[in-house]
Amino acid sequence: MSAGSVSKGCFVFKPSPKKRKVSQKTADYFREGNSDAEDSELRFATCQSLWKHVKLEAEQIEEDLNKQLFDNLVSFLRRSHSEFQEKTTEWNCRMKSREIPTAALVLGVNVTDHDLTFRSLSEVLQNRVTPYVALLQAKDCPGIKNLMQKLLGQLMNCYVDVDSEEDDYVQTSQNRIRCSMTSLITWYESVTKKTDFETPSKKRTSSRHWQSPPVVVIFKDMESFTTKVLQDFIVISSQHIHELPLVLVFGIATSPMIIHGLLPHSVSSLLCIELFQSLSCKEHLSTIIDKVLLTTQFPLKLSEKVLQVLINIFLYHDFSVQNFIKGFQLCIVEHFYTQPLSVLCCHQEEVKKRINSLSHNQCENIRRLPSFRRYVENQTSEKQIALLTTDGFLKETVQQLLEDLNVYHENYFPVLRCLHVFTSSLPKYPLGKQIRELHCACLENRVWETEEYESFLQLARMLNKCDLVTMLQKCVEILVSSPGKEFDKTVEKLKEFLTQFQKLEAEACQERDESVSSQKELQKKTDLYHLQKTLLELKESRRSKKLTKFEMLRFEVVDYIDSIVRNYLVPADHKTLHEIVYFNTASVLREHLNAAPRVALHTALNNPYSYLKSQALRSDGGSISNKAPDICIVYKLHLECGRLINLVDWLEAFSTVVTAVEGPNADAPSSDQVDDVIHARFIRAVSELELLGFIKPSKQKTDHVARLTWGGC
Amino acid sequence: MSQAERKGGAALEVKFVPDEAVLRHIADDAGIKVRKDKTPLTVNVKRFVKKLDTLSDDEAQEFLEEKDYVAALGICAQDLMENGSSVGGSEVYSFQTPKRSNKMAELASELAQMPGQSVASDHSECPEKTTKTPQSSKHSSSNKVQQKSKKNDFMSTTPYRLRKRLAAPDAYLESESEYSASCSEEEEDEETQKEVSTVLSSLKTPAKAKVASTPPSRKKVTKKKDKMSNLVEEYFEAHSTSKVLTSDRTLQKLRKRRLNQQTLHDLLEKSPLAYAAEIEELNQQYESLFSKWMLQLHLGFNIVLYGLGSKHDLLEKFRISMLQDTVHLVVNGYFPSITVRSILNSITEEVLDHIGTFRSPLDQLEFIIKRFKEDSSLELYVLIHNLDSQMLRGERSQQILAQLSSLPSVYLIASIDHINAPLMWDQAKQSLYNWLWYETTTFSPYMEETSYENSLLVQQSGSLALSSLMHVLRSLTLNARGIFRLLAQYQLENKDNPSYPGLSFQDFYQQCREAFLVNSDLTLRAQLTEFRDHKLIRTKRGADGVEYLLIPVDDSTLTDFLEKEDEDV
Repeated sequence: MSAGSVSKGCFVFKPSPKKRKVSQKTADYFREGNSDAEDSELRFATCQSLWKHVKLEAEQIEEDLNKQLFDNLVSFLRRSHSEFQEKTTEWNCRMKSREIPTAALVLGVNVTDHDLTFRSLSEVLQNRVTPYVALLQAKDCPGIKNLMQKLLGQLMNCYVDVDSEEDDYVQTSQNRIRCSMTSLITWYESVTKKTDFETPSKKRTSSRHWQSPPVVVIFKDMESFTTKVLQDFIVISSQHIHELPLVLVFGIATSPMIIHGLLPHSVSSLLCIELFQSLSCKEHLSTIIDKVLLTTQFPLKLSEKVLQVLINIFLYHDFSVQNFIKGFQLCIVEHFYTQPLSVLCCHQEEVKKRINSLSHNQCENIRRLPSFRRYVENQTSEKQIALLTTDGFLKETVQQLLEDLNVYHENYFPVLRCLHVFTSSLPKYPLGKQIRELHCACLENRVWETEEYESFLQLARMLNKCDLVTMLQKCVEILVSSPGKEFDKTVEKLKEFLTQFQKLEAEACQERDESVSSQKELQKKTDLYHLQKTLLELKESRRSKKLTKFEMLRFEVVDYIDSIVRNYLVPADHKTLHEIVYFNTASVLREHLNAAPRVALHTALNNPYSYLKSQALRSDGGSISNKAPDICIVYKLHLECGRLINLVDWLEAFSTVVTAVEGPNADAPSSDQVDDVIHARFIRAVSELELLGFIKPSKQKTDHVARLTWGGC
Repeated sequence: MSQAERKGGAALEVKFVPDEAVLRHIADDAGIKVRKDKTPLTVNVKRFVKKLDTLSDDEAQEFLEEKDYVAALGICAQDLMENGSSVGGSEVYSFQTPKRSNKMAELASELAQMPGQSVASDHSECPEKTTKTPQSSKHSSSNKVQQKSKKNDFMSTTPYRLRKRLAAPDAYLESESEYSASCSEEEEDEETQKEVSTVLSSLKTPAKAKVASTPPSRKKVTKKKDKMSNLVEEYFEAHSTSKVLTSDRTLQKLRKRRLNQQTLHDLLEKSPLAYAAEIEELNQQYESLFSKWMLQLHLGFNIVLYGLGSKHDLLEKFRISMLQDTVHLVVNGYFPSITVRSILNSITEEVLDHIGTFRSPLDQLEFIIKRFKEDSSLELYVLIHNLDSQMLRGERSQQILAQLSSLPSVYLIASIDHINAPLMWDQAKQSLYNWLWYETTTFSPYMEETSYENSLLVQQSGSLALSSLMHVLRSLTLNARGIFRLLAQYQLENKDNPSYPGLSFQDFYQQCREAFLVNSDLTLRAQLTEFRDHKLIRTKRGADGVEYLLIPVDDSTLTDFLEKEDEDV
């Protein structure tokens, strides 16, 4: 069974029905591909449950973040709706001007995340406001007819879903044929009447939705709709707004100005637009990082480089939080797939059990970990022997070490947050504005050895009292709410600082009286010379003066913070057994998520040796060996040509190279007669280049091809 | 001149080597055919001016920024990917440019001169030798110029070079060569030469001055400091000149018969695949990833393979080893008449066993999505060879395929080859596809993929056209066949006339009447409509408004056809 044919391009293969049952489970693939099959099932289960938790958490976060927005939207719909129902004068006057209530939802450029937002929005609306929600996408609506079709289809289907009556479905499908606003209105009237009639029996529906609920039409990607379709739809529906409580929602990726760009004034004046701003994707990402990565809740951690890759993809490519989470998913899968010891990457309660059931092989794996080897080297010789020979002892130690690691994390995050409190309010943000930058800096190497940290300390020593006190208070809050157990002392110390500051304040009041008197003195002498003199004196005295109490205290505080940082923010890769919980192969992540196909092609064509490890292909620098595969030679030759390439010249050049390789002693045919095989090889190479998109046939001149790549000189 | 430069040693000094000097080297040393080199000189002057221009700071700045960006993305040297392909964007995206028209032959001889046989023993020497050959000196120096970063001394030496260059430009321009240009170009040549010398002389006067004092005609170029606009201008420069600097040789003059698909295939079959062992090694490396792919497919990702070399065999192996017990769909994207519709059809008809048609692909897709959502036990693996093929690269097709692949129980694994393939996808589509990229550079020839292609060098598949011709004609009346014969014969009589427009309708009618094939204008027209429907003939309106008839089949096929017809009768 091979899939090649001259008449068909698609081939379906089905297994024989007997075999069909033995379809493999995902876990089997996990085990199969693994060179180290230790504990693979457990690993896979851990991996899946971890991913599930992360996903749930991320969804929860998004829901929370969107709550405010959705509440606003719902109340907006409620307002527009109540007016319709009560038939107030305001509504009437609006009706005269035929304005459609419209919510402009500014969502930002991260288009990929919008889908999820809209899905939850329509869910929320269906639960709380109205069953009649239609989601429209630009690509489904090339014309007004398609738009109406889609709209009616969605509305009537959802109506059917609510009532779940079989016979209605037939009716709707018949209705589909003539989709017009009138049919929509008749449908709406019949539906509302029916629900009015049925309300006693169906209390649930009536409690969820209001009577005569509005019809919400959501335009997912407002920018990509054709102007004409939008205009027509708005004009038509504004004619019927008094019969049909229509509300539009525009999803906008760029800026609200686009509405006026797309719609002429005559049309946009038919809309009564209210603007809603969704939260920015950067904030969203910060929250995700804060709640998912900077907690001890999830055992898997990302190393600095991995996190950097994910953040860079976010910042440089798509601004998509969904993609960030997907990247995180890939990290999870990769970690559990490649690291046999990841079986220990689980919650603290389970670790003990899992350690005890480790096999001898796994113990050997632990012994092979670089960080563990470092640890062993620092032990006494008896202990070393015990660690390397006795599995039982090893397990005990490992358990202890993992507990240490956990404690380290418990301390790390609160201290990181405290440090962030300080750095984020300093001018020029020496260690980054966002906590993720600080986190990366701390993971990368000892943060206190960096220049940025130095400048942070200097700036911190210049903070005014007010700021310092509020920061200390925040730190206390963070530390108190953290799960770490070692912070009692720290909190006490910080509180002590705070009380000292208060004391200072009292003292300062007294001092101020004195200074006021000196001020008065100053005011007396008004001539310039004396003023200058006094100022100079003041300066002198200040320079020579001992530090004030406040300054002393400030130094003390900063030194204390410094000591905490040095104590707790040790980079993770200095910790023993960090390999178990940290995923650190950033290259894998980059390769799979942010691949560079063009670079790969370029390398393959220019330097085949990097793939084909044959000595014959080895060459230095930009030159290429003449024994390279045909396509590389042909490619290299074509680079030397201009916009058009003469095939004959090309062929000749190619055959020159190839025959030279094959040996001049083989009786060479006359110069312009090319060997058939070489001709064939040339044809193949050229058509391969055509497939790759480097050249295309040209009709400008006979037997010429045009180059498609073009670059600076 | 360039050799003296060589002796200068490894100091990064870049000097301007005039074309003539290089030409002389080539003509004397290598004995390679030298073609008349007309416009390149002007082009070179232009380029020179520009180079001075772009050397300015903002250029360097730009370069640095680019590096920063690359570093930020982490493609920098600090942790190489295993294969060491840490090539910056600047290298990949600036494909080397047209320098001179005979550059290719030069490089070929250069490559040919490399010590090929003894590579195994002294491969380290090989690159050295290439740099020593005189021809390459120009090449490498121009390369250095390209790097643009820190070569400022280059400016000071140039005026002298230019003067030298002016001394003897004409001798080489007028040197005869066997590639004489066509007569029409001769006059223009004179003009260009004059232009060259004026440009050069005007360059000479301000020799020691700065860049700003370049000839007025080039001021437009120099004014633009912006690199971007420069790039744009260069682009149009390269594409605007109607005169193309290539030789006029054609394949026909080569006394080579055109190979047809079959002989091509046979010939290639005979020639051994180079580096088979290494390629096999690569393939094995990729095959070890199969179960990982399966795992990732099941976890909701889709897989796309990229890299040089056909991935057809690899995917086929994947199919055979992993997908035997599953329902799967193989799509040959390179198949010339593949459409999304046919893909959707095979899903609905063969996988879902649905009978009936759909109004549009979107409806069909909706149906498929619904079915897959209803029945969670349904699973479908989709293998697409060449997702970036001509027929599938359209926006709508990609959108549909992306939506299909976003279904949780549809697992897509595809391959792409085109250098611009990733441009097919915007962010929305990419997130629907949810790709995991895998580099699978196989270096294996694209046999299947290119076999459908109507390559320039391959003889158009005459056999297929002939058989279809015969097939259609056999179903026609005798008279109709006679009409077609007449036209074919007339076309063959005129096959040596390159500007043969076709047979005009009136003449044709006359001839048909004389042969008693038709009796009225209308019958002939009805007949011709039938031919046209079967794509046997093509009509064209000439400049005088007369309708001309042509058979769009090459002459040899037509001759074969007439012979066959004669046999039949």
